[in-house]
Amino acid sequence: MLIDHPLLGPRDAREFTYLGSAERLARPDVARDDADAITRFHDYVYLRENPAGPHRELWLHAHGDRSLLIVTRDTRTHDVLSVELAREAGTAETESEVRP
Amino acid sequence: MRYSGFKLLVEALKGNAGWAPMWREPEPKPRYDVIIVGGGGHGLATAYYLANVFGVRNVAVLEKGWIGGGNVGRNTTIVRSNYLLPGNEPFYEFSLKLWEGLEQDLNYNAMVSQRGVLNLLHSDAQRDAYARRGNAMAFAGADPVLLDREGVRRMYPFLDFENARFPIRGGLLQPRGGTVRHDAVAWGYARGADRLGVDIIQNCEVTGFDIVDGECRAVETTRGRIEAGKVGVAVAGSSTRVMSQAGLRLPIESHVLQAFVSEGLKPVIDGVVTFGAGHFYISQSDKGGLVFGGDIDGYNSYAQRGGIETVQEVCEEAMAIFPMLGRARVLRIWGGLMDMSMDGSPFIDRTSVDGLYFNGGWCYGGFKATPASGYCFAHLIARDTPHDCATAYRLDRYLTGRAIDEAGIGPYPNIH
Amino acid sequence: MTDATLGTLGTLVDRPRESGPTFRERLWPATATSTQPQSATRLEGALVDTNRPLSFTFDGRRMHGFAGDTLASALIANGQKLVARSFKYHRPRGILTAGSEEPNALVTLGDGALRETNTRATVVPLFDGLAARSQNHVGSLRFDAMAAADLAAPMLGAGFYYKTFMWPAAFWEKVYEPAIRRAAGLGAISTEPDPNAYDHAFAHCDVLVVGAGPAGLAAARAAARAGASVILADEDQRVGGRLLADTNMIDDVAGVSWADVVAGELDSLPRTRVMTGTTVVGAFDHGVHVAITDHGHAAARSGAPRMTVTRIYAKQTIIAAGATERPIAFANNDRPGIMMASAVRAYVNRFGVAPGTCTVVYTATDDGWRTARDLVDRGQHVAAVIDARPKDDVSAPSIDGVEEHYETHVVSTRGRLGLTTLLLSDGREVFCDCLAVSGGWNPNVQLTCHKRGRPKWREEIAAFVSSAKGDAAQIPIGAAAGTFGLGQTLKDGHRAGVEAATSSGFGGRAGDAPAAESDATGVSAFFYVGESRRYGRAWLDFQNDVTAKDIGLAHLEGFRSVEHAKRYTTLGMATDQGKTANVLGISLLAEAAGTTIAETGTTIYRPPYTPVPIGAFAGRARGKAFRPTRKTAGHDWAADAGASFVEAGAWLRAEWFTRDGETHWRQSVDREVNTVRNAVGICDVSTLGKIDVQGRDAAVFLDRVYANTMSSLKVGRTRYGLMLREDGIVFDDGTAARFREDHFLVTTTTANAGRVFEHLEFCHQGLWPDLDVRFESVTDHWFQVAIAGPSARALLERVVDDPASVTNDAFPFMACGETTVCGGTPARLFRVSFSGELGYELALPSRFGASLMARLAKAGADLDCTPYGVEALNVLRIEKGHVSGGELNGQTTARALGLGRMVSDRKDCIGGVLRNRPHLVSDDDPILVGFKPIDGESELTAGAHFFATGAEQITANDEGHMTSVCYSPTLGSPIGLGLLLRGPDRIGETVVAADPVRNRAVEVEVCAPHFFDPEGARLRG
Repeated sequence: MLIDHPLLGPRDAREFTYLGSAERLARPDVARDDADAITRFHDYVYLRENPAGPHRELWLHAHGDRSLLIVTRDTRTHDVLSVELAREAGTAETESEVRP
Repeated sequence: MRYSGFKLLVEALKGNAGWAPMWREPEPKPRYDVIIVGGGGHGLATAYYLANVFGVRNVAVLEKGWIGGGNVGRNTTIVRSNYLLPGNEPFYEFSLKLWEGLEQDLNYNAMVSQRGVLNLLHSDAQRDAYARRGNAMAFAGADPVLLDREGVRRMYPFLDFENARFPIRGGLLQPRGGTVRHDAVAWGYARGADRLGVDIIQNCEVTGFDIVDGECRAVETTRGRIEAGKVGVAVAGSSTRVMSQAGLRLPIESHVLQAFVSEGLKPVIDGVVTFGAGHFYISQSDKGGLVFGGDIDGYNSYAQRGGIETVQEVCEEAMAIFPMLGRARVLRIWGGLMDMSMDGSPFIDRTSVDGLYFNGGWCYGGFKATPASGYCFAHLIARDTPHDCATAYRLDRYLTGRAIDEAGIGPYPNIH
Repeated sequence: MTDATLGTLGTLVDRPRESGPTFRERLWPATATSTQPQSATRLEGALVDTNRPLSFTFDGRRMHGFAGDTLASALIANGQKLVARSFKYHRPRGILTAGSEEPNALVTLGDGALRETNTRATVVPLFDGLAARSQNHVGSLRFDAMAAADLAAPMLGAGFYYKTFMWPAAFWEKVYEPAIRRAAGLGAISTEPDPNAYDHAFAHCDVLVVGAGPAGLAAARAAARAGASVILADEDQRVGGRLLADTNMIDDVAGVSWADVVAGELDSLPRTRVMTGTTVVGAFDHGVHVAITDHGHAAARSGAPRMTVTRIYAKQTIIAAGATERPIAFANNDRPGIMMASAVRAYVNRFGVAPGTCTVVYTATDDGWRTARDLVDRGQHVAAVIDARPKDDVSAPSIDGVEEHYETHVVSTRGRLGLTTLLLSDGREVFCDCLAVSGGWNPNVQLTCHKRGRPKWREEIAAFVSSAKGDAAQIPIGAAAGTFGLGQTLKDGHRAGVEAATSSGFGGRAGDAPAAESDATGVSAFFYVGESRRYGRAWLDFQNDVTAKDIGLAHLEGFRSVEHAKRYTTLGMATDQGKTANVLGISLLAEAAGTTIAETGTTIYRPPYTPVPIGAFAGRARGKAFRPTRKTAGHDWAADAGASFVEAGAWLRAEWFTRDGETHWRQSVDREVNTVRNAVGICDVSTLGKIDVQGRDAAVFLDRVYANTMSSLKVGRTRYGLMLREDGIVFDDGTAARFREDHFLVTTTTANAGRVFEHLEFCHQGLWPDLDVRFESVTDHWFQVAIAGPSARALLERVVDDPASVTNDAFPFMACGETTVCGGTPARLFRVSFSGELGYELALPSRFGASLMARLAKAGADLDCTPYGVEALNVLRIEKGHVSGGELNGQTTARALGLGRMVSDRKDCIGGVLRNRPHLVSDDDPILVGFKPIDGESELTAGAHFFATGAEQITANDEGHMTSVCYSPTLGSPIGLGLLLRGPDRIGETVVAADPVRNRAVEVEVCAPHFFDPEGARLRG
């Protein structure tokens, strides 16, 4: 598998560590004593969309420049549809997705 | 039709024209007491035990393709009950006991072959961890044997005892573990269920659930609407896709696991051997092929094919313990779709929808579980209470903090 | 014999005696030809070098061939028709094909560690001294005792084993299965380690062309001329594909010469590479194709790599893999001497050997006629061409002197070890020792199947071709795409080459497409001679002995899906993955179901295209090189000091240092522990992960990733840190030292160094990218040694440049700072202790590791200083109740480890919420405590489970387990740590530590986990 690194161009997947669904970026922004804190963290940590199709996921360039990438990849064909740097997409996402 | 050597002889003399289909091909009825979605090993076993043990015979198994076409037809055939945690071990030991009686139970030879499962260990810390697991097995009535290096050498003299990067220091053996002819399991259960009146309906895909006031009344299928008293879903690999039709979101990801078979060879590896300093398992089928595999590829996938990286890693691990395998040839490599749960353990539970039951999340351990999974799922559906061996497989266990994490890896399905 | 027979015979014996074989020879050709082998001479124009004779053996019999032969062609030249036995019925088998699809002619090569089984004789280049043996028989190849199985065949049909061997139940494993296993398999592998090396390589190109037949050569040349970088790979030893076996002209020169010219041109181009003897075995993601180059036995024996696995990264891949001719199913169609027509052509044209003395062609295609024509052109005797089709459907020209029969079939054959007689549908018999069968061509779609392209049936060519949906970057052409005329194939190849080059950005002039005549390629969808049913079994899968009857039985028993039939009958599961068999089986399945082949569909092929040695995929990662070995900078010093080493992940660590007179490891470990408790010891702790954290928000960041608070840590101080996973389970522990407001150094356990670092990257870049913090792993940059014991400071003062800076006041417990040692060498000093003694950890740039250990040992000699290993370290920490691997097992909470107080409730942190889930704060979660044997001396074992005294030892009563144990020389007794339900409430209670796998059960007293100096007074001294 090849991942087109926004800064470094196409790199072999062996250089990366897969860190799972990009849903992991939407960490709940709750006080721990909120009544629904455990429920919301449970949903965040454990429940997955797991689509058969385009999937936003995290690849850390562990054996490269250590950029955390958000890769959109079709899980049926493994075609990579888009790649972006998490540090440039992460914050916006947390805000938007945490609020119900 | 009862099978036996005598029957074979008689039919042979009659030109083998007298054999009957192993299961009927019925048209779906308008209503069933129980509909099992998924004609894989678990679904067929569930139907069989519903009819045979729990007396529920107005049952249909709906399969979108051909029965046994999922992971029961595509795995490394290993059966064992060498688990650690109390939520798991009694269940898998129950399963192994059911395997042991399967041929007689089904009058179908699925070639349950208890030639032993040996987990190699490579360090003192690992010996302690294996002892902890072996003891857990013993307390559940299983048959663990902790071997030292020489004990392992006596069983498998061709392992690399001289030059291994991670020396072999012993192993945890389960003599009752072994392999089963995987396809035959699906066919045997299908035949058994069919003979008890279960309708096995192939090429019938479920396209929706008819849910009224939080209760599942029927399923929509490519062959029309079918009413059901209760619906049990056992579609590991497609769990997310099917359950989302009922509006349910699961703690499951789909990953690809590759498996390997070699050319047919004269017997050289008697039982199942696993590598403790990596993730590798190998056995030799009765046909002579070496059947082996390793880790899942490690990224979400529905593609049913894997990457060359894993192929090479698995073969490296094969050579790490059996350097004699260098010239044995890989004949076929295939990728299967795994329901990876968040703690590496499965689910057999009710859902938030009345009358809708779920069985899935088997990761890559579902085959060995087939009999107990079917039995316990049938128990749950028939009695609405979990079987004593399957009380831990709750869908809400992450909410309560009762994850069943054998490997202590955490909520990261891709590395379980 | 009937008159009809004599008549037929007459047409044969009318020929001049000397030119033809005797009647007896025709009846027993195997024995006959062996008396007059063709090995000495070859037919005109053969592509073997008759000036380079080679000698080899088959089943010990000495034979001769030439350079350019395959083992198969040489066997034929030596008159060896019978070469193998089939898998199930042990039927006599000969050579069926001339390529890698061969299902029959599997042999064992070589011996000892070099033994290689199931090797297809049709692809082995002959070499001098080659020793081949036949497989899968008991007794000799000619008289195989196991052949009795053939007599029981009616009872051994598809899936028979599912229906029997069940009574009595106990017999399955004791009697039936062992017998089945003994009978299973083909060849036997060596049990010695594979002595050969295998290399891995990587190659990149614009256009990969798979197959160097006419289509592939045309495509590669066009793409290369257009300017693209091209790799052309072919499994054969020389380029040409079918051109090597046929007699076509291209651009007015012989096809073989044309192929050599094109290959020459490609070789001359800088960005083009022709790889012969190279099979592309698999297609993977994003244009990656994997190719295996076999360097041949000579290379392997000289110590050079036996094979190279090349991962080819291509923008476009042209699949010109050709097609595979399929047999026709009729009774007893599996005898030695019955061959694919295209193979007969290959042996006659390419290798100059005639498979028979008298050949009959049985065909459903025009292509079959070419075989007859080529044989006649080369002076070979062809008795007849028998075409299954009506004359009107045949467009191939007639051949002088060859009988023609239309709408006629071979219904059965005779000849125990080799073909002697054909029985025709018109009742006549024909004596012949070679039958060339042509049932049509199956395009080689395997590589497109690897990308999940499911082949589609095309009725007009009676073949499956790759479907559109698959990988767009894979372009099948020529026969692989179902185009069978040579002229058209060349045009398509040329065009595909140009297009592939263009789409990868190269538009140079490609010249004209090569031109050639197209032979007639008519074919009718004909698979099975129905009327042959009454004469016996008709083979589909030759190797697995799957016959037409088996498919019928599968259908009868409800295995109607093609996948079911495959699994039930094992059709296509042999070493050829059904290259010759599948379509026959599918056609019969369709017939039985009264449907079409198109509706029935096909199974798909899986990688690899041809079987690949496990060693090839493993490459160099073998033995000690299986995984890297990490050694600390102090490794060599430790080795000199008598250390024995143990694996700790990828690291090697000293487990103890053996001194003179010490005969048991316990003596060494006890001494090391006592020395640390009473004097001073030094221990290499460099393997602990070290992460340098800097930035304005470094403290805020650490507060979020650690369960406890780090922002309150003062500069110059160190603090123990506990890291949780988001699920609230303990992830790792270590220390954080603060050198400046914005500069920390945090340590991790050896095991988790990598994962912790990745976790921090995720947290920073993924969750809090706005924080101003950067970190770097410096594990390998710093050598770190623990100096522990009452005399630790005394020893330290002898190496630091400013002894005043390490007094108890100047450098108190948990202090940290930068200093210099040994005359100006920069160092970092931490006053931390894992042993519970007055302790320091001193870190120097790694290159000083060995010399620092030497200096400390020397300087500490009169202080009775000893180096100590991880075993002693373990004893010391257990005596203190510090947690380590056994406790940090990924299943424990901070609360369970007795560290609950550390988790700050005043701030958010990873895992802060889910650690409070009901079960994790309930009494059902065991908690860490200490254990001592009641009798004060019984050995304890880790992995033992706890039960209340007298309780039945079953899962339901399990109360926890022992996590770590040791013999404590300090307390003079075995001690242990473990997780016990409600442990802290049960101090003083007696429980049983049950360890049935070690046949032990010890009564132990529950105690506090801190066995030694619980107040920690010694730390602060």
